[in-house]
Amino acid sequence: MKKQPLSDRRKFILNMARGVGLASLGGFVWSAYVDEVTASTLLLRPPGAIKEDDFLKTCIKCGLCVLACPFDTLLLAKPGDNKPLGTPYFVPREIPCYMCPEIPCVPVCPTGALDESSVTTNGKLDINIADMGVAVIDSQNCIAFWGIQCDACYRACPLLGEAITIEYSKNERTGKHAFMKPVIQNDICTGCGLCEKACVTEKAAIFVLPREVALGKAGDYYIKGWDKSDEKRLENATSQTTTTDISKESAVDSLNNDMKDLY
Amino acid sequence: MSLSRREFLKSSAAASAAAAIGMSVPSDVLAQAESAETNWRWDKAACRFCGTGCGIMMATKNGKIVAVKGDPAAPVNRGLNCIKGYFNAKIMYGADRLTQPLLRVDANGNFDKQGKFAPVSWKRAFDEMELNIRKALKHAGPESVAVFASGQYTVMEGYAAQKMMKAGFRSNAIDPNARHCMASAVVGFYQTFGIDEPSGCYDDIELTDTIVSWGSNMAEMHPILWSRVTDRKLSDPERVKVINMSTYRHRTSDLADIEIIFSPNTDLALWNYIAREIVYNNPESIDWDFVKKHIVFAASPVNIGYGMRTAGEKSLTPVNPDGSAGKYSALEMEIINKEMKKVVSAKEAPALKPYGYKEGDVMVNKDAGLKHWEISFDDYKKFLEPYTLDYVATISKGNPDEDINEFKKKLQTLADLYIEKGRKVVSFWTMGMNQHTRGTWCNTLAYNVHFLVNKQAKPGDGAFSLTGQPSACGTAREVGTFCHRLPADMMVANPKHREITENRWKVPKGTINHIGNQHIMKIHRDIEDGVVKFAWVNVCNPYQDTASASHWIKAAREMDNFIVTSDGYPGISAKVSDLILPSAMIYEKWGAYGNAERRTQVWRQQVIPVGDAMSDTWQWVELSKRFTVKDVWGAQPLRGKNDKGEPNSLPSVIEAAKAMGYTEDTTMYEILFANKEAQSYKVDLNSFPQQGYDNSECNGDSRNVVGSDGKVFKGYGFMIHEYLFEEYASFGRGHGHDLAPFITYHKVRGLKWPVVDGKETQWRFNSKYDPYAAKETQESGNSHAFYGTLAKALPYGDLMGVTKADKTGLANKAKIFARPYMDPPEMPDAKYPVWLSTGRVLEHWHSGTMTMRVPELYRAVPEALCYMHPEDAKTYDVKQGELCWVESRRGKVKARVETRGRNRPSRGLVFVPWFDEKVFINKVCLDATCPQSKQTDFKKCAVKIYKA
Repeated sequence: MKKQPLSDRRKFILNMARGVGLASLGGFVWSAYVDEVTASTLLLRPPGAIKEDDFLKTCIKCGLCVLACPFDTLLLAKPGDNKPLGTPYFVPREIPCYMCPEIPCVPVCPTGALDESSVTTNGKLDINIADMGVAVIDSQNCIAFWGIQCDACYRACPLLGEAITIEYSKNERTGKHAFMKPVIQNDICTGCGLCEKACVTEKAAIFVLPREVALGKAGDYYIKGWDKSDEKRLENATSQTTTTDISKESAVDSLNNDMKDLY
Repeated sequence: MSLSRREFLKSSAAASAAAAIGMSVPSDVLAQAESAETNWRWDKAACRFCGTGCGIMMATKNGKIVAVKGDPAAPVNRGLNCIKGYFNAKIMYGADRLTQPLLRVDANGNFDKQGKFAPVSWKRAFDEMELNIRKALKHAGPESVAVFASGQYTVMEGYAAQKMMKAGFRSNAIDPNARHCMASAVVGFYQTFGIDEPSGCYDDIELTDTIVSWGSNMAEMHPILWSRVTDRKLSDPERVKVINMSTYRHRTSDLADIEIIFSPNTDLALWNYIAREIVYNNPESIDWDFVKKHIVFAASPVNIGYGMRTAGEKSLTPVNPDGSAGKYSALEMEIINKEMKKVVSAKEAPALKPYGYKEGDVMVNKDAGLKHWEISFDDYKKFLEPYTLDYVATISKGNPDEDINEFKKKLQTLADLYIEKGRKVVSFWTMGMNQHTRGTWCNTLAYNVHFLVNKQAKPGDGAFSLTGQPSACGTAREVGTFCHRLPADMMVANPKHREITENRWKVPKGTINHIGNQHIMKIHRDIEDGVVKFAWVNVCNPYQDTASASHWIKAAREMDNFIVTSDGYPGISAKVSDLILPSAMIYEKWGAYGNAERRTQVWRQQVIPVGDAMSDTWQWVELSKRFTVKDVWGAQPLRGKNDKGEPNSLPSVIEAAKAMGYTEDTTMYEILFANKEAQSYKVDLNSFPQQGYDNSECNGDSRNVVGSDGKVFKGYGFMIHEYLFEEYASFGRGHGHDLAPFITYHKVRGLKWPVVDGKETQWRFNSKYDPYAAKETQESGNSHAFYGTLAKALPYGDLMGVTKADKTGLANKAKIFARPYMDPPEMPDAKYPVWLSTGRVLEHWHSGTMTMRVPELYRAVPEALCYMHPEDAKTYDVKQGELCWVESRRGKVKARVETRGRNRPSRGLVFVPWFDEKVFINKVCLDATCPQSKQTDFKKCAVKIYKA
């Protein structure tokens, strides 16, 4: 772990950001930066961060999580960053979250904006269940999808073989090589961003987005017949009345409609 | 002329299709294809990195390489690359490229070993080299002048260096980093086949049913070959089996049906277990017809030591009461003393029983060289007796948490796959089997198994040594830039081979030194002993890549000697040097490489080198201008004594030289490089392949570099690359090493030698595929002929030694060797409880001088990590992501702990890659070598781990 004191530059930036945080606590927010709050949906938060709306209300911008981070991963939003002032975030392409097993950034949070229970299994801190975001792949620009033997993201993944797996397929063009394509298992991926950091393309072809932004959602009205565990989605399933253009009128009304279109 | 888009497409498609099948294209069509693509130019080349030998295309624009693409016409990779190959366009353009010679000087500009580096002219650089070489020659003769050579030399560079060293300086102290990489494979080939390099080729992958990877992380180290293995597995997942044999879990296990984690060094026992299963439990699987016609059984001494320093060497004296000796600490001597004698352990005692040893015996070690003799099959069978499943499983289980019965089942399945009738099997290996204190043994044991069941040198069947470096085969081995070798498998120790070479080189008989023992570890040790006073580093990084590194660096920096490094970038070797020469990098010169499947590939100079950088070929040729007949061909002293008890020496050949028409003042340049034959290779800028391409050595270039004589270098005026290639190739033609003409290689995507009647050879020694084998078997009608000629007459004996000294010839036969399991010299104990293995990662090449300068690769893997089991991390109180010390008897480094990720060692072993100069793991490693091949074992030493 890094033992040397924070660099002067980092101290200055940190203090400035915390200063802003404290100032805003006193109800003293620069109106020029009010807009920044709206940009927050794409920000990656520290492990254990509660939902973004609640997070913005709960985080007191004290910077303790940032101080606790041994890798300088976490940053505090400064004026001009176009991010909610004083709140912690990270940019994986610069410094990803190295997923410390002790998660030093979470227990120090005085307000519960970083929720220890969300990164705890059986009473022990468990970084592997953190949910900072989820990695997505631009398969057109990912060179593994071209057949290049890359897998740099896979090898960088702290949950290698779990959060990123490799899908093997034949390369019919060459007739004798195989594609080895990375696939994100988004129920395992923590969003640490080590893959995004390691990606060798000019702009990362694998990158982390907040889960709400990145993921789609299959409805709970269809359950995978080949996957027993998928049944758990039934727990929240409810029956709903559906409406389309053709069904928006009551049956009687539509039956009584003018019939001249029919003949 | 202008072309319509449609015409353009047609002409460029025709050009690439023609290139794909090696046809030559009418030059006006070629020209159209080039001009239509206006501001860039594509030309073929070989990838700079590993021994796979992928073909690539380089795009050049405004004198710089701007892009690379996999060459779709290249049979090896069909347009694909791994991520190192993907960045070939960036490797020459790191911000700190060396652009001018740098010399350590004092305030007045005079050379000062303690001085700082300052730019000097090429002329000054050569003045200093000349001065120091003369000093060294005077100090101790030719053995005082040494070269750290390379498996990354182009063929021409290696040949030029070899010629100047062996014919010019009469020094055999030239040895490549390839010694660290595949020397054990070479000696294995020599002893088994009588000739170097694999029987098979990569087509075996598509043709086999079984791929067994022994000590080879193909998934990261040969990614393109691995993708072919993967494709083969996908094409028939039920039939095709993949087995990964390793001392720790790595990515090659991902695809494997079976993963066998074994205790370091017990691969020897595993091979013998498979052979025992064949001989004792499945004797019907032996193809006796094949074995009787093609095989003899052989044995060799076992008390041969571990290739470490021996008592009495200068740096090991005096021996002190505290156990230290000379320049070595008491801790280091705990291991080095085993070179002289050792106590037989319980682990190895059963295997050594047939040799008369029991547990607790003191084994006195002796240098036995490469000695071996024929034995009976019954003796071989007696030798195999100890390798029962119980014994082998007990000593070889490498994961303490694995159930022994599960492990036994896996070993049985492994043996069954080799034995199964009709099942094709390829065994691949790299550094795990080569970097091994019994590396030569282990290589020969692989062939044993394949021979017994007749699964060698056939399509889809064979033991196949993969090579690490891009031209370890093409240059180091085929050109012979080893201390003991000459081109085309000839040896300096063989008077006939010397004579053939002297005649070809047009140098007097008796010029070439007959003693070739300064292998790469010996050169380092000779520097430490004060014998070598001048050493030149070419295309390698010996001060980072050698085990027990602190000794060699201290010797280079603190003793009276002169170290020169030619390099593209400032690595550790440059830092340690007294003079640094800026070298042209791969695509800044014409070149040729040879890959692991015997495929020779060439490329043209794509761009002019940066700054004042010049190629290593040029540097050697310029140096040759500084030495005349009278400087180097007089009588020279050598170390040691001959058979008659007289001091070794080299005779003066000056008179003989005069008789050949040379004078005392004829330069080595005139004799070795600019002779009449060389001048006959013309510069011809109006025709293929020279037309349109730079050639800095032959013609000079637009930079007008001020050369070694202080004048602008205008070129040699003849096609030196073609000359060096053709003269080298002439050694192998007609001797089983046939290469095609230089120009042919410019038209095709490489050819696998021997190239006979324009056709390449896929499976050597097989009379169906290899014209040399066909010739040898014309009368017998045999399926194979192992026609190599080295060590092909043996005395007879038993496991204990020779009983009948008369030698029997074994023309066209190969050998099965009795060679037992033995412990390595250093194993974990109470003080140093953990095995350390080193190796590479996919993202970085060797010492990282190129790949650590490619931002994307650097970002992907910026530092070397210490991979360990999470339980071990707890035991040693170190944490994931934090720094730990890795300490051996020789030194220690700090590395970050990684308990998850690509490599997953079992408890008791850690893995640290060696690419990172900041995690200088070779300070920790032990410089024990295979006593036969002299290849260092980088895979095994004992360390302790603790919190940093």
